[in-house]
Amino acid sequence: MSTPFPQAVVIGASAGGVQALREVLRCFPARFPAPVLVVQHIPRDRPSGLAALFDGECPLPVAEAEDKEPLCPGVVLFAPPDYHLLVEDRSTVSLSRDEPVLYSRPAIDPLFESAADVFGAGLLGILLTGASSDGSAGVAAVRREGGTVWIQDPDEAVSPVMPASAIAFAGADAIVTLRDLCRRLGSFTP
Amino acid sequence: MPRLVLEALMSTETELFDLELKVLLEAVYLRYHYDFRHYAVSSLRRRMRHAMSRHGLERLSDLQHRVLHDPAFFAEAMQYFTVQVSEMFRDPGYFAALREHAVPVLKTYPSIKVWVAGCSTGEEVWSMAILLEEEGLLDRAVIYATDINPKALEAAESGVFALDRMALFSRNYQAAGGRHSLSDYFTTGYGGAVFDRRLKKQVVFADHSLATDAVFSEVHLVSCRNVLIYFNRELQDRAVGLFHDSLVRRGFLGLGAKESLQFGAHAADFEACSAQQRLYRRTAA
Ligand SMILES: C[S@@+](CC[C@H](N)C(=O)[O-])C[C@H]1O[C@@H](n2cnc3c(N)ncnc32)[C@H](O)[C@@H]1O
Repeated sequence: MSTPFPQAVVIGASAGGVQALREVLRCFPARFPAPVLVVQHIPRDRPSGLAALFDGECPLPVAEAEDKEPLCPGVVLFAPPDYHLLVEDRSTVSLSRDEPVLYSRPAIDPLFESAADVFGAGLLGILLTGASSDGSAGVAAVRREGGTVWIQDPDEAVSPVMPASAIAFAGADAIVTLRDLCRRLGSFTP
Repeated sequence: MPRLVLEALMSTETELFDLELKVLLEAVYLRYHYDFRHYAVSSLRRRMRHAMSRHGLERLSDLQHRVLHDPAFFAEAMQYFTVQVSEMFRDPGYFAALREHAVPVLKTYPSIKVWVAGCSTGEEVWSMAILLEEEGLLDRAVIYATDINPKALEAAESGVFALDRMALFSRNYQAAGGRHSLSDYFTTGYGGAVFDRRLKKQVVFADHSLATDAVFSEVHLVSCRNVLIYFNRELQDRAVGLFHDSLVRRGFLGLGAKESLQFGAHAADFEACSAQQRLYRRTAA
């Protein structure tokens, strides 16, 4: 079974997310032809270091997003501390310092909602472990615009609250273990 | 209507929303001369959706109707067109970089002008005034504090901030290399922290739009933080062009922590002074 590549991928994670992201980011095929955008909840008042950490571990280049940075296929961009990361258009990101969402900045909802606006059915959203209900509205927006959402199985997640609330609020196209997720990422074909 | 034409007319919700947004921004521009047409659309969409849900409106065109027919409503809705989130000594490293790199140069001028563009409710202005005071520069400085939001400017000028924000502001101040205690600069009253009026005797608060207005003075330092992120690239280029034209040769430009000149038209007109803290200098040319 093979599925066409999405036009963009957005990933949200919170408590327990660093470990989960480590496993997921490793599974992306090199030369993945779509941009990948990630919000991991992080403290607001210090540099995050996540991009540098994952850059060596993921087959794709990983960087922290700058305002109005071009979206490039096969490049992973992380939201910086204290900014929301938004998709501006098919080729650009924007940052914003709007109010925190559910106490978080960066937050997952703004990324997922803005990406759903721009990529519609071409978007793949992935929601991982977390102890917040950030991401639920975002998942709803992605699905409403015809995109696909995979959510980590709450039974496997270090922190089940975030995946469970998104599933309850908006449903999912697939509820997956990290191992399933890896297999699915590997099975995309042009 | 032939079926084919009808099909071509089908659009997604987002496409219709964007269409209504375009019409709304055009209408606001024609009626009130505030130009939001070149703002970053991703965050505008979010804020308009908030406004709609807050006021129980189903369509953006309902918001447009109220905005056009009720100036008082528009004045209130300004809070949705612009983002008013600020902190004193926000990103302390930036203020430390100003002390380290800009202050020694500013000290060589007999008088200096500083432009805080998009100053919002004034946290950045009062921070700047304290920094200049501690560096012995305030008495020979003029600070232009500009914004398009009249309510924000009013709050900025009042210099009163909620007491429960003072712990954060003090931490930032210390991390920015503050020489005293932040509480030396305010008294408590009016249900808040009231900053020392003496700090603002050199401050001029004025309405100025980076989208529609021109350069108004020659300045030695422009501090424009967390404003450009709300503009699209074209409008960012306009604003940075204004800063360039306003700055003296080798003058300083400070931006927000994740804003950079590298994706814009003026990249070559500035050189990084502290790349990490987004402090730039106008090149000699
Ligand atoms: C997020 S606040 C930044 C406040 C402060 N500079 C800081 O970094 O904390 C953005 C400000 O930009 C102002 N603004 C938006 N459009 C503007 C324009 N065209 N010209 C000048 N200011 C503008 C808004 O009214 C708002 O006060």
